[in-house]
Amino acid sequence: MSILNLKKTDTAQNLLTSEPGKFNEGELRSEEMIINLGPQHPSTHGVLRLEVLSDGEVIKEVVPHIGYLHRCFEKHAENLPYNQIIPFVDRMDYVASMNSEHAYVLGVERMLGITEQIPKRIEYTRVLMAELNRIASHFIAIGTYGMDIGAFTPFFWVMRDREHILRLLEWASGSRLLYNYMWVGGLFYDIPVGFEDRCKEFVTYLKPKLKELDSILIDNKIFIQRTANIGVLPRDMAINYGITGPMLRGSGLRFDLRRVDAYSVYPEIDFDIPIGEGKMGTLGDCWDRTWVRMQEVYQSVRIIEQCLEKLTKEHKRTKEFDPQALVPKKIRPQAQDLYVRAENPKGELGFFFRTDGRSDVPFRCKARGPSFVNLSVLPEITRGVLIADLIAIVGSLDVVMGEVDR
Amino acid sequence: MDETLVEVLTPLIGQAPVINKANTPFSIEISIDKILAVCEKLYKHPTCYFDMLSCITGLDNGKEANTMEVIYNLYSIPFNHHLMLKVILPREKPEIDSVISIWRTADWQEREAFDMYGIVFKGHPDLRRILMPADWEGYPLRKDYQTQEEYNGVTVKYEDRTQ
Repeated sequence: MSILNLKKTDTAQNLLTSEPGKFNEGELRSEEMIINLGPQHPSTHGVLRLEVLSDGEVIKEVVPHIGYLHRCFEKHAENLPYNQIIPFVDRMDYVASMNSEHAYVLGVERMLGITEQIPKRIEYTRVLMAELNRIASHFIAIGTYGMDIGAFTPFFWVMRDREHILRLLEWASGSRLLYNYMWVGGLFYDIPVGFEDRCKEFVTYLKPKLKELDSILIDNKIFIQRTANIGVLPRDMAINYGITGPMLRGSGLRFDLRRVDAYSVYPEIDFDIPIGEGKMGTLGDCWDRTWVRMQEVYQSVRIIEQCLEKLTKEHKRTKEFDPQALVPKKIRPQAQDLYVRAENPKGELGFFFRTDGRSDVPFRCKARGPSFVNLSVLPEITRGVLIADLIAIVGSLDVVMGEVDR
Repeated sequence: MDETLVEVLTPLIGQAPVINKANTPFSIEISIDKILAVCEKLYKHPTCYFDMLSCITGLDNGKEANTMEVIYNLYSIPFNHHLMLKVILPREKPEIDSVISIWRTADWQEREAFDMYGIVFKGHPDLRRILMPADWEGYPLRKDYQTQEEYNGVTVKYEDRTQ
């Protein structure tokens, strides 16, 4: 740990005992060195600390140290009624809160057995919001990834377009990032008057911008040279590591829970599942993963258009419609164990519930965060790469530390 | 699916597995010493082929029941099958075989269960705390967990001074 050059004060000693490094500097060979990256580093996307054992420019081993953003979600959840857990769920993946809420309410509704009774208008609204948020989340992933490896302009472009989405979501729910919009059995509020029109305007505005983003970043020669053939994740290794979401699809497996589990109204919606094809290099490299995210944005736009179509015609606004009509006054599911999963922008978000049937709080509520599982493959795919490529690989995983540490 | 499971698991565990249909997905209880063999069989068997370990959950049943549990949520991508395996451990000495030799994703998930419950996974190559600091006392998600008074000069225990 001499790299940190800490004086042996109490604070320094505390730092070393609370999160000790895996490698011992006394046991290093003469050409090896330990490089500490993070936890405060702009390209680690939050408070991720990487301990890198390198031989010159070549990486021998990477050890991720996580837990700097641990906020005891599961402990809190064991002490709160089901509806009061939703704000905590928001704070796990804080750039895609709507998607996390969707997975959570899906699970609780399944435990209560009211999934079939939820009106179609509510489900379409949920899918609309979740897909808007998926675009926002993928924009963060693509924009910050470009910035990691030196493309500055696309970051501002996607942040500008993301701001439009956040304003729409703020209009509907009252907050920019942490919504608490989907409730068990319904919604906090019906979508505001005029929302559909503004949303349509936004989609019309967004479409040419996506083409621009495609040509400035994804098809950019420098970007391809930095990402193609880097961080190749073979399909069988991805499955063995439990990788899901755009990372698994980037490795060439057509696996999307929206289609596989067919939850909510996704079976009624027409969309494609893009997979990596190894167009610019090897199948499952960093470019494939980013390209899959970009294609998913196009698909989300398609889903949003279909939702708006349904919300303005078949399931349009009526005076009698009450989005809170089915919200239970008291949520007390029967004693059971339930594992529910849904497709988040990062992958499979799962919740495991155990209820005892006697109390309003879950006996156990475990969150299986896609970022947590996806990050665990990092030591495997960074062996033998250059240090500059490590940044490219970490960026392509698209982890949100709020969800890794929960 | 049920018949296949009964057929595959009966010779391994010595009796027909009891499938609990109250849970989603269906769950089967496995004894501690059989878990590694059962997982290996479910992973390799051509009509089960559970190639994905979705989630490992640790669980504490509290002082009265005096047991802990480890719950495995398995998923088979080609067959679209779900299965929940449950193992009940004694609370005094919670030890279980690691399944890291079958699914590499068990690495961090088992470390998390160890971190939160103190469940020891035998055969895990690197069983360290993952979310909590290395010098943290106790296992936070146990039902009888008491917060330590002080951590590195920082008061941990929360006192409600409003009352």
